[in-house]
Amino acid sequence: MNIAAHSVIRSRFALSRDVMQALYRLLAVALLCVMLATLSDVFLTTNNILNVLRQSALLFLMASGLTLVILTAGLDLSIGANVALSACLAASVIKFTGSPLLGVATGIGCGAMIGLANGILVTALRIPSFIATYGMMWMLTGVTYYYMAGETIHGFPPEFRQLGSGYLFGVPMPVYVMVLFLLIGGLFAQRTIWGQQIYAIGANPVAARLSGVPVERRLALVYTVSGAMAGLASLIILARINSAQGDIGEDLTLPAVAAILVGGTSLFGGSGTVAGTLIGALILTLVLNGMNLLQINSSWQPLVTGVIVLLAVWIDTRARRIGE
Amino acid sequence: MSPRVFSLATLPIARVPGVAIVLVVLCAVFGLTSSGFATPANITNILTQSTILLLLALPMTVIIMTEGLDLSIGAVLTFASIVLAVTVVTTGSPTLAFLAALAVGLCFGLGNGVLIAVFDIPPFITTLGTLGIAQGLSLLVTDGQSVVGIPRSIEAIYSATAAGIPLPIIIAALAYFVTHVLLYHTRFGTYVFALGGNREALRVAGISVRGMLIRVYVFGGLMAGFAALLMTARLNSAHPTAGIGMEFDAIAAVAVGGTSFERGNGWLLGTLLGVIAVGVLRNGLNLLAVPSSAQVACIGALVIVALFIDGMRAER
Repeated sequence: MNIAAHSVIRSRFALSRDVMQALYRLLAVALLCVMLATLSDVFLTTNNILNVLRQSALLFLMASGLTLVILTAGLDLSIGANVALSACLAASVIKFTGSPLLGVATGIGCGAMIGLANGILVTALRIPSFIATYGMMWMLTGVTYYYMAGETIHGFPPEFRQLGSGYLFGVPMPVYVMVLFLLIGGLFAQRTIWGQQIYAIGANPVAARLSGVPVERRLALVYTVSGAMAGLASLIILARINSAQGDIGEDLTLPAVAAILVGGTSLFGGSGTVAGTLIGALILTLVLNGMNLLQINSSWQPLVTGVIVLLAVWIDTRARRIGE
Repeated sequence: MSPRVFSLATLPIARVPGVAIVLVVLCAVFGLTSSGFATPANITNILTQSTILLLLALPMTVIIMTEGLDLSIGAVLTFASIVLAVTVVTTGSPTLAFLAALAVGLCFGLGNGVLIAVFDIPPFITTLGTLGIAQGLSLLVTDGQSVVGIPRSIEAIYSATAAGIPLPIIIAALAYFVTHVLLYHTRFGTYVFALGGNREALRVAGISVRGMLIRVYVFGGLMAGFAALLMTARLNSAHPTAGIGMEFDAIAAVAVGGTSFERGNGWLLGTLLGVIAVGVLRNGLNLLAVPSSAQVACIGALVIVALFIDGMRAER
């Protein structure tokens, strides 16, 4: 009762602040667009804009589940490796059975199982989340390379490929999936009791536990959701590039973390929004896309992403200290 | 509480650390399943191969004791190895190259320490960011290619022996000794224990927590520089992916060795045993022809088993 009343007040207050922060970030998106449009002739072509949308949709899908994890003051570093294993297993199932539906179920199911395993490591074995999921990342990478043994699985049925490379009314399919999960994620986090409990765990786990929030079960839930979203993202990647290899998920985790932090979700838990992550994904995609358009060596990308992560956390830390 | 007759606590085995049990079990399993395991040549081989990991796991223990983490240490090792190789190939001076590798380690250690201590950024995210930076620099310098043409003088550091003992083992033993003295017999070590256990007390006592944290991460960076020398000598080349994931083995060895991630309890001898356990596991799996990709999963399982054993003990 008390916590419900408190969280309503908190969420109203947070909403107005979040709206302001979202406006600042949208301004940054606009500035980036103007800058890239002046620097490159290719930026404003339909093709490139659709490409930016498709890439940010993918980044958002990976980052949306992870946003919930970070809201609880946890971290899931295994999503990139999760994408790789889920994609490879789904690819095998589609090849073997010829059924895209079974493939989709395998991808999301595999992702969710991995997420649940993370949740168990974090809650039952009490391993700090960044260590547990970092270990999980290397274990999944190992299993994937072992399973694939250097092979490539390619050539999927056209109806499955629609998921990644199809269009509806001239807009890429992944963008619709993104909008769908933006709505689901936003409503879940802001308008359900479970969502509010996730904020409460991030803000103060002890207080949340004393208020009767089933902390372990909610934590297991957010890691499972994060894994399932990685599984979903793996299907879209698979459908887009039409082939699966062991290294498919490499270099996906850091950009997802960067998108969330740029989107205003605090690494220390308890504050942030799923919608913010979408804006963060857009900003990060624009930066990386801009580097491509300006023909900057792609080796710069991990470096730039690393610097963005550090800057975003530094700003977060400062804001937090001023807030105190 | 009524006494339970079959409580695990009553068994003498309950007082043996998890890492020792793990090590004995591993040796027994591999000794029985593989004829090539328990030979003097293979045991020397395991110890020699474990030296690079030990050089990373020693500072990792100290860092984890301060409730920190260094995910960048493998990428820093890689970049330092590349800088070493490029320097020795272009200038021909092994001394200069070694100093360059140490400088790389120093810079990254200092960078990590300053970001963590002065800017208050959590260690795992700081070092995740610097991991990206070191990896990006490695790719930029080499363009994804190997650096070859390392002179014999560097290669010899890995293959030479002194009084019948391989040189890498002597270097690693020296590093262990230095870390042991630092941790258990100097003021630095006392402060490290306090950093993890009771940071507030340190602050009240007038010790600079920031300065201490920076020193701890600089130690990590410098050790990565030393490890880069051994790795370049071992591979006789430098490659932008050579040390990637080494931080996982190092963290695994520390965790298997019984150092706690939360309470700042460290055990340096445990880390040494943990490094050997990881080395034995990798070697044994190699002999059984298990591909290196699957070995990572086994190391992860090893960590979970060791944590589980220690967790059972802690609950009583």
